Amino acid sequence: MDTILAMPILEMRGITKTFPGVNALDNVNLTVREGEIHAVVGENGAGKSTLMKVLSGVYPHGSYSGEIHYKGEERRFRDISDSEKLGIIIIHQELALVPLLSIAENIFLGNEPARNGVINWAESFARTKALLQKVGLKESPSALITNLGVGKQQLVEIAKALSKEVKLLILDEPTASLNESDSDALLNLLMEFRRQGISSILISHKLNEILKVADSVTILRDGATVDTLDCHKEEVNEDRIIRNMVGRELTDRYPKRDPKIGDPIFEVKNWHVFDAIHADKEKIKGVDFHVRKGEVVGIAGLMGAGRTELAMSIFGRAYGQNISGEVRMHGKPVDVSTIQKAMHNGIAYVTEDRKNYGLVLIDDIKHNVTLANLKGVSSNAVIDDGRELAVASKYRKDLNIRCSSVFQQTVNLSGGNQQKVVLSKWLFTEPEILILDEPTRGIDVGAKYEIYTIINALADSGKGVIVISSEMPELLGISDRIYVMNEGRFVAEMPAKEASQEKIMRAIMKSWED
Amino acid sequence: MTHQAAAAEDTGSHSSLSRFIKSNIREYGMLLSLIVIMVFFQIMTNGTLFKPLNLTNLILQNSYIVIMALGMLLVIVAGHIDLSVGSVVGFVGAVAAVMMVQFHIHFIPTTIVCLILGGAIGAGQGYFIAYFKIPSFIVTLAGMLVFKGLALYILHGQSVGPFPKEFQLLSSGFLPNFLPGTFNSTSLLIGVAVTVLVIFFNFKDRQNQQKHSTAEEPFPFFIGRNILIAAGFIMFSYLLSSYKGLPNVLIVMFALIAAYAFITSSTTIGRRIYALGGNEKAARLSGIRTERLTFYTFMNMGVLAGLAGLIFAARLNTATPKAGLGFELDVIAAVFIGGASASGGVGKVIGAVIGAFIMGVMNNGMSILGIGIDLQQVIKGLVLLAAVCIDVYYKKKS
Repeated sequence: MDTILAMPILEMRGITKTFPGVNALDNVNLTVREGEIHAVVGENGAGKSTLMKVLSGVYPHGSYSGEIHYKGEERRFRDISDSEKLGIIIIHQELALVPLLSIAENIFLGNEPARNGVINWAESFARTKALLQKVGLKESPSALITNLGVGKQQLVEIAKALSKEVKLLILDEPTASLNESDSDALLNLLMEFRRQGISSILISHKLNEILKVADSVTILRDGATVDTLDCHKEEVNEDRIIRNMVGRELTDRYPKRDPKIGDPIFEVKNWHVFDAIHADKEKIKGVDFHVRKGEVVGIAGLMGAGRTELAMSIFGRAYGQNISGEVRMHGKPVDVSTIQKAMHNGIAYVTEDRKNYGLVLIDDIKHNVTLANLKGVSSNAVIDDGRELAVASKYRKDLNIRCSSVFQQTVNLSGGNQQKVVLSKWLFTEPEILILDEPTRGIDVGAKYEIYTIINALADSGKGVIVISSEMPELLGISDRIYVMNEGRFVAEMPAKEASQEKIMRAIMKSWED
Repeated sequence: MTHQAAAAEDTGSHSSLSRFIKSNIREYGMLLSLIVIMVFFQIMTNGTLFKPLNLTNLILQNSYIVIMALGMLLVIVAGHIDLSVGSVVGFVGAVAAVMMVQFHIHFIPTTIVCLILGGAIGAGQGYFIAYFKIPSFIVTLAGMLVFKGLALYILHGQSVGPFPKEFQLLSSGFLPNFLPGTFNSTSLLIGVAVTVLVIFFNFKDRQNQQKHSTAEEPFPFFIGRNILIAAGFIMFSYLLSSYKGLPNVLIVMFALIAAYAFITSSTTIGRRIYALGGNEKAARLSGIRTERLTFYTFMNMGVLAGLAGLIFAARLNTATPKAGLGFELDVIAAVFIGGASASGGVGKVIGAVIGAFIMGVMNNGMSILGIGIDLQQVIKGLVLLAAVCIDVYYKKKS
């Protein structure tokens, strides 16, 4: 193939991007040649999406360091429209379509063929028709987006990109929510674009797909480029990519613990959950699991595997509908049909989204800590300020929450300290089972270690802890036992001692192939 | 002596003082604005504003706004709005009139029925808002039309009155004087007693704060605030006593203010309402029954609107189809002037009360000055806008 000789269309050199307390990208290099499909792979949190946001101008020039060269010139994008003008189009994992507008309206949104502000509908429909033909979508331009399946919506997004004369198409996990045949159609479309000279950057977890279409693969890990492989020059296989993706050594980033594991205290049997909006879509397809006293159980899986949905549906049906199955505590079935009942039965759920679901950000630490157990600081519905203050101060000390005082608004705390406030809130309800959903997302290494220490202390005190995490090293480091979840099912279970990242990844890959 | 104590207390930490001022500037600013507005109109009206007769009128005119502002504060803190309260005032007043005047029902059962009716109206609207998730703006806009229409319907477009004497006392009655003399010394004594009680609770509160070393307010501020409160209260009750004494409605209003201040600051249900408005999703996941709480908030608003309807009808001594017209605007404005946030989770009872009095004093003062109703509305609108602008400004700064 002559792609080897092709000139680079894009070179990103030494890109470094930091967020408060986190180094998201550290000297990342990415070179995409004209007319190739370039895959970018890495674990969740490796920096793929951040890199694409830098490229497309979501993070404007000046908010990162390093250079972007595109079509032979250095570019300094101030926003998305700057990069779009030059034909760099990004299609996000969450599609950016307006559901109640038609295909044609969506494709030309913000870019309507118009004269003096009056839209030329005939032209817009005709052009839409041509674009839909190109992407192989047999729908009327006036069909509403909300009536299309996800696969077709994806194609509309691509048609929209084509309408802007795309030169470099970026797809972030385009097949994550597609079924087999839709995925294949999409990949074929990408190969068709390659023939037409359009370059693509494909971000995906599905390595089999990448091996099928990619010309080269760049692997990111912990915000740094690990390797770039040329699929035409060298032997590239899944094993090699996985090893590179997860290749870091586990040193003592996880506090030691000597687990004392007892009898099962928490069991979930034959758990089924349907999507909160689409009642016919089964999200959790019959899950069985248990947690023993003093045990830390990890649930591994990729984004969208259904882990959060599982946890929230157990926690008082906070997610989903038509939920069926059984929950047992200490061998006895318990009612978890409302959040109050779930809490009453000793279940606590620490959300993955602490800003939207965990904290009242405009309120102070003290009020947030006691919110889930106001009974514990009040008598006859009157809050005892002194007792409340004592409780908040105790958790501040125990969990080492760094703040000026417990009267500080939680919005002003760092991510790690916010997470400790949410943890305090749930510890104060004195649960027996604590479900932690991505407990260390977006917090720095030091705070992570502290959170792990808290998790260990909880397990040692005889509670059962469930940790959902997309960071596999973390799960391996802190769990006693790991379940692997994919597409609404538990596809593997292994003691942490025997588990490895390769094993987890293989279990996920295998479940796709089955 | 107090000076030394004060100096010892803030141990020269200039930053904590400035932080305190920064974080409380809104509340002090509000009180200060009210005082400035009062002094301004006192001067402009050549002392008419504080004449005992006018002061009494001012309270009677504002009582129903203040009472509804208490309920509206909770509604707004919970992240909602209630546009129907003006119409509910008119409707409940009409029902009371029909019951007492046309059916000759005694005023006590009438009052009870009317309060229950108000609660039922609030509950009905709250049901759609809480459980059907219909935006409160829409539900209460519908309610506004429905109850305005119903008031017209049951009054047949006529005014109905007058009311029995006992019922009128709700609005026009005064605390009788049990002591000799034309000066109502009983009222003054009660005023002084309440003042002492308020100061006593303030000191107790502060003592409690000091015990947990959380007293943030510098001692001079604390003393100054209390002196101001005491002076205000006593002057106020002295002036009222020199006319007819404390109006009945003032006593009702004061009891309600105290109760709601306590509920919002010290009870679990109050705390939950703030959490609900601050972040509904987080509140729900913390085990708060957010739907039920929203429902109760609107039911409470309905009861207070019903009470306001009775007071207003008693004051006019007649129920008219136009009663309550536009009250919702004054009530909502009072709560926002009082520092509540339109996005929910923020707001204080005392702020809403001060907000209501700022509106009331302006209404009264401008009327005395003979400013037309047209210009009055323009000025009130601008004051509301300015108050919210100041809020946003300080929020951005901190």
